[in-house]
Amino acid sequence: MTNPLLHIEDLSVQFGSFTAVENLSLKLELGEILGIVGESGSGKSVTMLALMGLIAYPGKITAKKLEFNGKDLLSISAKERRSLIGKDMSMIFQEPMTSLNPSYTVGFQISEALKVHEGGSRRARYKRCVELLEQVGIPDPTKRLKAFPHQLSGGMCQRIMIAMAIACNPKLLIADEPTTALDVTIQAQIIELLQSLQRDQGMTLIMITHDMGVVAQCADRVNVMYAGQLVEDRAAEKLFSEPNHPYTSALLSALPERSKGKNRLPTIPGIVPGPLDRPVGCLFSPRCFAVQEQCSGNRPPLELDSDGATRCFYPLRAEVIKSTELKSEIEGVDHQHDLEKTEGWA
Amino acid sequence: MSILQADNLKRFYTVKTGLNQKTTVKALNGASFSLEAGKTLAVVGESGCGKSTLARLLTFIEEPTEGNMVVGGQSLADMSDSTIKEMRQQVQMVFQDPYGSLNPRKTVGSILEEPLIINRQMSASERRKKVAAMLEKVGLRAEHVRRYPHMFSGGQRQRIAIARAMMLEPKIIVADEPVSALDVSIQAQVLNLMMDLQAETGVSYVFISHGLSVVEHIADNVMVMYFGHPVEVAPKAQLFTDPKHPYTQALLSATPFVDPTYRAKQIKISGELPSPLNPPSGCAFHKRCPLATASCREQSPELRALKDGRQIACFEAADF
Repeated sequence: MTNPLLHIEDLSVQFGSFTAVENLSLKLELGEILGIVGESGSGKSVTMLALMGLIAYPGKITAKKLEFNGKDLLSISAKERRSLIGKDMSMIFQEPMTSLNPSYTVGFQISEALKVHEGGSRRARYKRCVELLEQVGIPDPTKRLKAFPHQLSGGMCQRIMIAMAIACNPKLLIADEPTTALDVTIQAQIIELLQSLQRDQGMTLIMITHDMGVVAQCADRVNVMYAGQLVEDRAAEKLFSEPNHPYTSALLSALPERSKGKNRLPTIPGIVPGPLDRPVGCLFSPRCFAVQEQCSGNRPPLELDSDGATRCFYPLRAEVIKSTELKSEIEGVDHQHDLEKTEGWA
Repeated sequence: MSILQADNLKRFYTVKTGLNQKTTVKALNGASFSLEAGKTLAVVGESGCGKSTLARLLTFIEEPTEGNMVVGGQSLADMSDSTIKEMRQQVQMVFQDPYGSLNPRKTVGSILEEPLIINRQMSASERRKKVAAMLEKVGLRAEHVRRYPHMFSGGQRQRIAIARAMMLEPKIIVADEPVSALDVSIQAQVLNLMMDLQAETGVSYVFISHGLSVVEHIADNVMVMYFGHPVEVAPKAQLFTDPKHPYTQALLSATPFVDPTYRAKQIKISGELPSPLNPPSGCAFHKRCPLATASCREQSPELRALKDGRQIACFEAADF
């Protein structure tokens, strides 16, 4: 493939004067699994809603480029967009119980997508529905098709949502926190299902989540977002072993799994800045342990490095750091930070 | 010394299933455990396993259908209504959702003051002093008393909720998923706070959670529950390094590992929790269990002690 499946350049989403997503760029090849992680309010869902054309009036989308499969999403008509969404590009939402329409059977809701995009006879659609339910691992599909959402459990509803999303064999599947509302054993089942579907159909999968564990289990590449900006883009293994942005590093060390045996968890002081209190300089600077003078005055650009990209003036890893003295200085700050800033409050 | 001793606690609810039909739902079906002073017992399980029902019994919100518990040396069976009222001061609760558990129309000051007004004979100035001291203790500032809950972030609200639970200096705090609604960085702050408060005041926690990594950090003992039954009760180290019950094993391996190099090798369990209206015969886990035998389908295993001191409810587990 010469062209990437999805090509976003400098996407911004604004709600009035508040910038929910700022200059986000993203390139995605067919068959990749991308994980997007970030705390609540970091703009991860809004990015994907913008891509799907689901941001309504007061929200404003601007971008240099927003291309999917060679089509420019900024200039296509509403009709063309409708023929794309749900067919080549589809989405699974966070809460399966509230995303399904309670007044229709799940069979009706799945075949609706098929009817709009593929047509065909009623019998053919019914057959395809049964097939889809088998594919997502629902026992006794003919009986389940007649069920209403309230008659199914959360895990089952999420499987129905997945069946709906993959009904027309999409090229890109966006899963927005697909497992957050589910129990761990069910979560493991759903993640495995998504992975196997991705493998078998060769589709591209974007996993939006705040759970580092989920990302570590399934993503090839990870984008970390903070307060509407992409702060780090890297292959999953590299990101977890050697994070380059201070935020990624702090986020990883705040996980209880990463500090086994320690009494206290390292924390990030303060909270994610809201719409009204965004700092002038780097958005992470008030909470950062490696903050320098330059950080509070200027916003760092997203800089490419050998195996990814980082938005930081003073990234943590050796090969990207300009001078060696600086590195030792940062490490010094790092240790101090553990002692001092753990006392910080939210 | 054990501050809380639960003995075969059961709680059944009667639900209508049809016009003239009623069924008993066994939300909690025989939980026995003990909690030491100054320690943390974590209760782990999936939704519908009876964790929250247990929390309601421990906080005297509901009475058990069967069984007994001893709190601070006093047995529930011997308590009169007025003693129960007094005992409620000893067991306080922190809820899951800090957005729903604080009254939006009250200031932080009056939220924290309320337990004192009801339960203590104190002058207004004494109360204010105590509220200010408590706010400092949980990492907020004394001038926050006049603010309303909506002016705080999720992590700060959870601190307020913890402060409210601490106002009466309880012996036990029952925390029902206190960090699962919070972001990772905030979660770490709240966990640290809870551990600091425990070190300072010697309060015991019953920490209800579905997140095993959080539990591994904060707990001393862990009770894993499934469908109203405790299936394994063990000290933290034993449970996490060498889980014995097949459900504990599956639960541990289903928890995503925060390291991309250690993917897969999961023990998978298929299926979902059975419906409480139509409980399976025998062991509740047998339909999803890889070790199930004929006897599991007929008899329900009781908790029994293994050689290493832990308790487990399984016929097959010790054999491997």
